[in-house]
Amino acid sequence: MELFSALNISKQFSGHKALDKVNIAIPEGSIFGLLGPNGAGKTTFIRIINQIIAPDEGQLFYNGRELKPNDIYNIGYLPEERGLYKKMTVGEQAMYLAQLKGLSKQEAHKRLIHWFEKFEMKSWWNKKVEELSKGMQQKVQFLITIIHEPKLLIFDEPFSGFDPINASMLKDEIIAQKDKGATVIFSTHNMASVEELCDHISLINNARVVLDGPVRDIKKTYKTNTFEIAYNSYQGSLESLLPSAFKIIKEWNDHELRMASVQIPDDATPNQLISALLPAVILRSFIELIPSMNDIFIQVVTEKKSEPILQQ
Amino acid sequence: MHKIILIIKREYLTRVRKKSFLVMTILGPLLMAAIVIVPIYLATKGNELKTVAVIDQTGIFFEKFKDTDNIKFHYMVSDIGSAKANFRKSGDYALLFIPKTEVSIPTNAILYAESNVSINIKSYIRNVMTKQIEDMKLEAKLKELQTDKEHPVNVEDILRSVKTIIDVNTIKITDEGKEEKSYTEISMVLGTFAGILIYFFIFMFGSQVMRGVIEEKTNRIIEVIISSVKPFELMMGKIVGVGMVGLTQFLLWVVLTFGIVTVVTSTFTGKGTNKHTAEQSILQNAVKYNPDNLPISESTSEKKVQNEGVNQIFEALNSVNFPVMIGAFMFFFLFGYLMYGALFAAIGGAVDSEADTQQFMLPITMPLILSIVMMQFFIQDPSGQIAFWFSMFPLTSPVTMMIRIPFGVPYWQVALSMGLLILAFLGTTWMAAKIYRTGILMYGKKVSYKELWKWLRY
Repeated sequence: MELFSALNISKQFSGHKALDKVNIAIPEGSIFGLLGPNGAGKTTFIRIINQIIAPDEGQLFYNGRELKPNDIYNIGYLPEERGLYKKMTVGEQAMYLAQLKGLSKQEAHKRLIHWFEKFEMKSWWNKKVEELSKGMQQKVQFLITIIHEPKLLIFDEPFSGFDPINASMLKDEIIAQKDKGATVIFSTHNMASVEELCDHISLINNARVVLDGPVRDIKKTYKTNTFEIAYNSYQGSLESLLPSAFKIIKEWNDHELRMASVQIPDDATPNQLISALLPAVILRSFIELIPSMNDIFIQVVTEKKSEPILQQ
Repeated sequence: MHKIILIIKREYLTRVRKKSFLVMTILGPLLMAAIVIVPIYLATKGNELKTVAVIDQTGIFFEKFKDTDNIKFHYMVSDIGSAKANFRKSGDYALLFIPKTEVSIPTNAILYAESNVSINIKSYIRNVMTKQIEDMKLEAKLKELQTDKEHPVNVEDILRSVKTIIDVNTIKITDEGKEEKSYTEISMVLGTFAGILIYFFIFMFGSQVMRGVIEEKTNRIIEVIISSVKPFELMMGKIVGVGMVGLTQFLLWVVLTFGIVTVVTSTFTGKGTNKHTAEQSILQNAVKYNPDNLPISESTSEKKVQNEGVNQIFEALNSVNFPVMIGAFMFFFLFGYLMYGALFAAIGGAVDSEADTQQFMLPITMPLILSIVMMQFFIQDPSGQIAFWFSMFPLTSPVTMMIRIPFGVPYWQVALSMGLLILAFLGTTWMAAKIYRTGILMYGKKVSYKELWKWLRY
C-alpha cells in the first residue's frame, strides 16, 4: 500500500526542466530515500509534495486519493535550508510553528512540554534562539517537524550540521518515528546513511527517475558476480587454475596473503570457483563483492547522463 | 484565516516588544511636540525690530497702534497705489492698509509684505483693531444707555453687540511687483506636517516589512513556514502586522504629543486665558467707562498680545475640519502603506540581503521622495495642475493629497484619488505576491529586472 504517489509530474522553470514525467510511489511505513546529484530536481519534487509549488503536469495522491491542501497537516517537513527566528524565544517560536501546523494552543503546549522534557531541553524554553548552539537549534527544528505527529515525514539532508552523537540520536529518532507508523522520505547525499536506513530509493538525475525500487533488489541487480579471495601457499599463476570463462579483475598482495577479485559468468556458481581453487591453494577468505549504494549512485549517474533509462 | 491571524499576531508582538519601539514611542512625541511648541515660542518671542507702515483711510486708528519692543508703526498719508510701488524701497517689514468703508464700521484690513507676515504681528494688529472697534461700539452703546435710562442694563447683551471680528488678509508683494494672496499659515503647517508624517510612516514601516522578509530568508525559516501557510498569507500577515505596529505607534504619538503640548503650553501661557481673553478685554474696557474704576495699566494689555499669538494658533486649529483631516490621513496612510508595503515585501523576497536592495528601492522610493521635494511647490499652488496630477498618481498621492487637503480639495478629487489608490493597492499586491512567492525560495541568485519580469508571468 502506498501512502503517497506521484504520477507523471513535470515542472518547468524558465528555460529548464526541473522534473520530467516523474513517477514515484512511496510505500506506507517505509523509509524512502530520494537520491540524486545536486540540481537533479529533488528539492523541487519535495516542494511539490509540500504544496509549496504546483506541478505543471501530473497528479499527486495521498492515501489513495488526490492530494488536498489540508494534507499539509499530515506532513512534517524539515527543509535543507532551515532556520529559526533568531530573536524569538525557543518556546514562543515552537508554539507559533506548532500552531501553524494546525494544533490548538493547549495541545501545542502540552506536546511541546512533553518533548522538551524527553529531550532534556526544558531550560531552553525562555532562551532566545541566537543563544543556542547550532546543534541545539537543529534539535528544536527536528522537534517542530514531528510535533503534529504527521503521517508523512520529509527530511532534506537531515544530518548536515549535526555532530556524530546528535546525528546518531536523530537517526534513532527517525527509526522510532517509522516504528510508530510514520512514513519517511529521506533526501540525502550521504550514501552510508541510505544504506543504513532506507528500504526503498528513487534516484533522480537530470529531472528524471533513473533508478527506483527496494534497496535489496537494486543491489541484487547491480551485483556483478564478483568475489574477493584471499589465499596463501601458492605462488603460481591463478589464471591457470580457473576455467577460461572466469575473469580475474585484479590481483594484489596484502602482507603474507595473496588477494584477487574474480568475476564468474552468470551461469556459474561460487562453488565452481571454490572447487577450482581448492586443489592448489589454502583459501583464507571468500567474499561476494556487493556494490555499495555509493558505487551504484556513481555508476548510474555517470553512465546514464547522456541517455536516462527508466528501470522499474 | 486562523493562520493569518497567528502570523499578524507574531509580527505585531515581536515588534511592539522591541526596545526600539519603546524608544521611538517616547522620542517621537518629544520631537513632534518640539515641532509644535518651538514655532509658538518663537512667534511670541520674536525679538527683531520690525517697522510697519500704516495707511488708515478711516482715520479711526490714528495713533492707536502703539509701538512695542519689536514692532514699530509709522503712519503714512499717501494713496495705496504709490505706497505699494514704493514699498520695496522703503525697507518696511509690512504695509498695513485699512480701506475706507462708506457706511459700516471697518472690519477688515490688508497687510502687504514681501514674505509671510509673522503670526505675531498679524495678531497684534488684529488685536489692536478689534479693541479699538469694540471700544467705539461700547462707547456708542453706553451713550445710548445714558440717554435711554428706562431699560434695565443687561451686560450680556452689551457684550454680544460689541463683539467684533476683524479680518486681516495678507498679500505678498513679489519681486516682479506682482501681488499674490498668501496662503494661510495653519494650512501650510498642517499640510506639511501630514505629508511628512505619511512619508515617514510609509518609509519606516515599509522598510520594516522588507527587512522582515529578508530576515526570514537569511534565517532560512521561510521554507519551514510556507510548508504550513501560503506565501500570500505570510506576506499579507506581515504587511498587516507591521501596519498595525505603525498605527499603534501613531496613536500613541498623537496621545502623548497632545499631552505634552497641552502641559507645556498651559504652563507658559498661564491658566484659563485661552478662552476668556476676548470677554475679559471687553469687560475690562467696559470697566474703563465706569467712573469708579481706574483704567487698566498698559503692561497687562501687552502681555495679552503675546498670549494672543498662541491663541491664534489654537483658534486656527479649531477652524480646521479635523474629522476630515484625520479620516483622510488614516485612509491615505493605510492604503499608501499597504501599497508600498507590498512593493517592499516583493523587494525583500527578491533579494538575499539588504545590500542588494538598492537597485529595486530606487524606482519605488523615487515617487515618495519626489512628492516631498515638490512639497513647497504644492503648498504654493495647492490646486494647480501639477499638484492635481501628483495627488492622482497612486505612488505620490498619499503624500501629495495630505499636503493639499488642509487647503481644501473638491470631494470628487479626493474620491478619485482614493479610488485610484485602492486599485493600485490591489494591483501592486497581486504583482508583489507573484514576485514574493518565487523570490523567497531563491537563494544566492542575483536578481535582475528581467528576472523579476519572468517571475511575474509564472
